[in-house]
Amino acid sequence: MARELCKKFKARRNGGAMEQETRWSRLRRSEAAHGYLLVGPPALYAILLLAAPLGTILVYSFLTDGYLEIIREFTLANYREAWTNELYRSVMLRSLGVAMAVTTVTVLLAFPVAYFVSFHVAPERKSLWLFLITIPFWTSYLIRVFLWKVILGFNGVINSGLLGLGIIDEPLTFILYNVNAVVITLAHAYAPFAILPIFVALEKIDRSLLEAGQDLGESKLMTFWRVTLPLAMPGVIASVLIVFIPTIGDYVTPQLVGGPEGRMVANLIQLQYLKLDNYPLGSAIAVSAMSIVTVVSLIFLFLNRRFLRGPK
Amino acid sequence: MKGGGFRIYALAYLIFLYAPIILLPLFAFNEGTVIAFPLTGFSTKWFVAAANQPTLWLAVKNSLIIAASASVISTALGVFAARASTRYHFPGKGGVMGLIMLPLVLPEIIVAVSLLVVLLGLGINLSIVTVILGHVLICTPFTIAILTSAFQSLDRSLEEAAYDLGETGISTFRLIILPLVMPGIISSLLISFTISLDEFIIAFFLAGTQPTLPIYIFSQFRFPQAVPVIMALGTVLVACSIVLLASAEYFRRRGLARSGAKDTGGFL
Repeated sequence: MARELCKKFKARRNGGAMEQETRWSRLRRSEAAHGYLLVGPPALYAILLLAAPLGTILVYSFLTDGYLEIIREFTLANYREAWTNELYRSVMLRSLGVAMAVTTVTVLLAFPVAYFVSFHVAPERKSLWLFLITIPFWTSYLIRVFLWKVILGFNGVINSGLLGLGIIDEPLTFILYNVNAVVITLAHAYAPFAILPIFVALEKIDRSLLEAGQDLGESKLMTFWRVTLPLAMPGVIASVLIVFIPTIGDYVTPQLVGGPEGRMVANLIQLQYLKLDNYPLGSAIAVSAMSIVTVVSLIFLFLNRRFLRGPK
Repeated sequence: MKGGGFRIYALAYLIFLYAPIILLPLFAFNEGTVIAFPLTGFSTKWFVAAANQPTLWLAVKNSLIIAASASVISTALGVFAARASTRYHFPGKGGVMGLIMLPLVLPEIIVAVSLLVVLLGLGINLSIVTVILGHVLICTPFTIAILTSAFQSLDRSLEEAAYDLGETGISTFRLIILPLVMPGIISSLLISFTISLDEFIIAFFLAGTQPTLPIYIFSQFRFPQAVPVIMALGTVLVACSIVLLASAEYFRRRGLARSGAKDTGGFL
């Protein structure tokens, strides 16, 4: 935008003094140069410690695993193994299923809270509400996950409470060391992540649009459905992605509360790297997991593209 | 009362969010070794037991060194990136900023394994330095998010006035811009410190034999008799992070008030 304006300005001035021209281009050049100079250190850091390592595991995923060294020989065998081995495939499908379930539960539960804070809380108290919502997210993740183990366990809070009240005769076993426990724990852990983007999108909605909807004879519910929800969709989409992407790669929760049936792809990657020392296969699984995340996210964005087009 | 049903739901939701954390002090001060109801009596022995573990102190020391270094480095990088993205236009800005912000949407395990492979490939020994390298990577996007809003609310004409009055670029930055964004910088330091202190998976992969606090906690989960001690430790940690966050929020609000912007709430 600014550059185009600059060009136009230059074109108009073209007939004028030559000196003016060079000064303009010099200024422009120095602005870009300043930008590059400033962004240089963080960009260099990201290239060296993020882009290069990601490139390296991509390369590793095509190499062959020797027993003590990695043989520099191109192969697709790692991917064949990662995608056809029944064990690996089931773990990846489970991770995908768990991440989708967690995302759905989290976003559906979070939406009314975001709506309440944005529409029904007095403006000066909004920050306080957001602060209260974010605090649990910043407290030790490991300990929060472990507390769910304490709550859901065989001798845990729920079981000992229900036994003490005489509601059940023997402890419930379906709530720990399986996929249910993983979903509950992750849905709790990522709740604030889901609320914030929806809240931001709701805050941006021009309240007069809602009045207009009702003036034109729509019911409250229809106004919500046809005005509020479509305008809040960018926030919903953001919160879906912000919950889905980290949950699919979560390591701690499946490790602590998942039991053998609840293992997810991060546990598999850790096993390949740190226990079995099979870097190429671990890399292939990691790259596959990343591709799945990217593809699912892109499909999701594509399906919702009409909500993301800004006002023209 | 406005929004009756929604209010009840939102309060129930808050209770759900806080339920596990409320259990923490209950069991930390509980006398019994077994984590279950009913509680058996008040005791502070688990706090004493936690304080008597030498490995725990080593882990705390490591974690503090890592968190302090990572927060300073990532905030410094964040200042550069936020200033570049809010003040200057240059070709390829979207791509560069996208790469720097990428760890925000990348599963942490991927960051951890890719760094591990490269560091081992280069023959670098794993230590707390390598953990710092990884933590800077994941903290920087958060510092940029906080600092960008601080830099965005700057009034450009203040800077221009300083130039007109004969200040150089560097002295303007030091005398005008830095004091105005200082609350943002402090809040970014505190947030990245908290993130680094709590980060487990990258430390787990990159720390080698050095314990950090989360690694220590994770290793103790295997021993049922160690659980009450972990509860006591958790209580202390939660209290510390609430203090840290409350101060971060205080500085963030003061910064907004100073530059005259409207409070839109939240860190993210």
